[in-house]
Amino acid sequence: MERFSVLIVDDEVDFTETIVKRLKGRGLDADGVNSGEEALRLMETREYDVVVLDVKMPGLDGIETLREIKKRKPYTEVIMLTGHGSVESGIKGLQLGAYNYIMKPVTLDELMEHMTQAYERRIIEAQRREDAERSEQRP
Amino acid sequence: MLTRHYQELRLKMVITTLCFALIPLLALGLTIYYQFTTAYELRTIEAVRTMAQNRVNSVELFLEERIAQLVTVANTHTYEQLRNEQYLQKVFKVMQHRSKSYIDLGVIDQNGDHIAYTGPHYSELKGVNYGKEAWFQAVMASSLYVSDVFLGFRKVPHFIIAVTNHEGNKTWILRATINSDIIDNMVRRAQVGRKGDAFIINRENVLQTTPRFNGKVLGKPNAPNFSAVVDTIVERADSGGEESLFAASSISNPRWVLVIKEDLREAMALLFRARHVEVIILLAGIGLVVAGTLIITRSLTNELMKVETERAKSDELVVQSAKMAALGKLAAGVAHEVNNPLQIISEQAGWMKDILESDTASSQENQQELKQCIRKIERQVERSRAITHRLLGFGRRMEPTQEMVDVNGLVAETVKFLENEAHHRGIDIQDELDQSIPKITTDPSQLQQVLLNIMDNAIDASGKGDVIKVVTSHNSEDPRVVTVRVSDQGIGIPKDKLNRIFDPFFTTKGPSEGTGLGLSISYSIMEKLGGRIAVESEEGMGTTFTLFIPTES
Repeated sequence: MERFSVLIVDDEVDFTETIVKRLKGRGLDADGVNSGEEALRLMETREYDVVVLDVKMPGLDGIETLREIKKRKPYTEVIMLTGHGSVESGIKGLQLGAYNYIMKPVTLDELMEHMTQAYERRIIEAQRREDAERSEQRP
Repeated sequence: MLTRHYQELRLKMVITTLCFALIPLLALGLTIYYQFTTAYELRTIEAVRTMAQNRVNSVELFLEERIAQLVTVANTHTYEQLRNEQYLQKVFKVMQHRSKSYIDLGVIDQNGDHIAYTGPHYSELKGVNYGKEAWFQAVMASSLYVSDVFLGFRKVPHFIIAVTNHEGNKTWILRATINSDIIDNMVRRAQVGRKGDAFIINRENVLQTTPRFNGKVLGKPNAPNFSAVVDTIVERADSGGEESLFAASSISNPRWVLVIKEDLREAMALLFRARHVEVIILLAGIGLVVAGTLIITRSLTNELMKVETERAKSDELVVQSAKMAALGKLAAGVAHEVNNPLQIISEQAGWMKDILESDTASSQENQQELKQCIRKIERQVERSRAITHRLLGFGRRMEPTQEMVDVNGLVAETVKFLENEAHHRGIDIQDELDQSIPKITTDPSQLQQVLLNIMDNAIDASGKGDVIKVVTSHNSEDPRVVTVRVSDQGIGIPKDKLNRIFDPFFTTKGPSEGTGLGLSISYSIMEKLGGRIAVESEEGMGTTFTLFIPTES
């Protein structure tokens, strides 16, 4: 499997710490932060392929963080993650451009599957953009 | 079923409507009644007066004509001519030719001796001396005399007219007797209707003509005494148990009075009929108004009752749906609370599996890692346990009870419920619990519901970084009351909405967020517990709700 970069954003420290270790163990370039603000700061310094974002966080919550991410890095794929079974926030997330919306608890394998799909879409989208640019350049 | 409330309402509506409808109707009816009566009475009185004056004019005209005729005869003939009875008879024939009312004609000298006579009573009257008679004195004094009516030898009512003439120093009298039938006829024409009457009386109230009902000629009339009347009067009087209208008008010479009597009921018959019709219309109108009012009021109250019943039904439904919504919110909150620890546990278990499957599972470092995982799992299990226990406690307190309650404990527990939610929104809840407050007897679940509602509202009103303060206190001056004060620094409530916030279904939140029942329910719960709820707010500065809870409910 291709190695891609993932950022996990969740206010539960125990969760981010452990999942980052496990993802690294599966050969991914994974980082974890505990708030939306931290995530945005980190994303200034480097590019991530996929961001996993908890919806409910103190401070900048998931939806607001998603809006910021899409503003700054529109091609980064975002997966929303929540313990709250609120359909409304899910729809809101998808409207704002999230790739998918997943309910906690989720197994790592499932999450990996979603992340991989999101990454694949990112690759395909990048390819399409490249093709479009090339066809524009050709008279 | 009519409740007392609706009966009172119906009564009020009926009375008000009837007042507004009937007062103008009655006013109009009475005004028309009296105006019409007055106008008609005036008209009737005027008619009777005119008729009396008319009759008097006729009688006076007749008398004047007779007098003029006699004066003419007396002045155009000499005493010598007229004392000749054959000549006198000739003159009398001419006079009678024009007017059959003359009975006889005589000439009397200044001593009262009947010098000449022509007429049917020659033997009785010829040679009689009138010197001592009152009429002779009167005619000698005033040169003209008209007598009252009297019955003569033939028992026919008649009267005399006497005039004087002077020749040198000699005075003589020409005297005529006149049948009063003709005056009777004139007066009779004023006897109108079935009960109307008319007659002439002299100054002694003696009848000069024959009335229709009220007496005989030369008798006393069965009527009030009008003999002293000058000019014309009209008056109402009681005669024979019936109210009558009398018109009396004086005749100048002789000094008689013509009296016309009209039965008031007959004269006013038209008026009475009009009044009758008016009263019937008025009564029918009142009946219609009353019936209409009753019908409208009945259908209105029935409609009101129907609406009220339907509203009560829908209110019940809304309360039920509000309960369900609250339950759903609770379930969602619990799911979130429990799913987070589950996620962590799952992650720790996965990590442990990862370590155990690796080749270096027994290394010192990995052993430490495994131990840490177990600690984390235990911590999350403890966290979940606290949540489920809180939930159990909440469920257990659904039934209404009376328990010894530690208000501080209840507040702390409620704060814990909402702390997570508040924390996620960046809101800090600080409690300040007065440890001296006594335990109180109340229903803890109901009180907690109120606390939850108020704190939930405070969280909704607050923004990121705001602080919600929950303060319990106990005033030693009033030891029977414990107060809980919840203050936020949120958006506040506008003044115009402050007095409506406890109304059912009043909400400032969107339709999907609030039912508008929370504060209304809180208000009724506080009343049920014997306490009360107060609010202070300033727009933009925040809101403070204060609960006053009695120590004994």
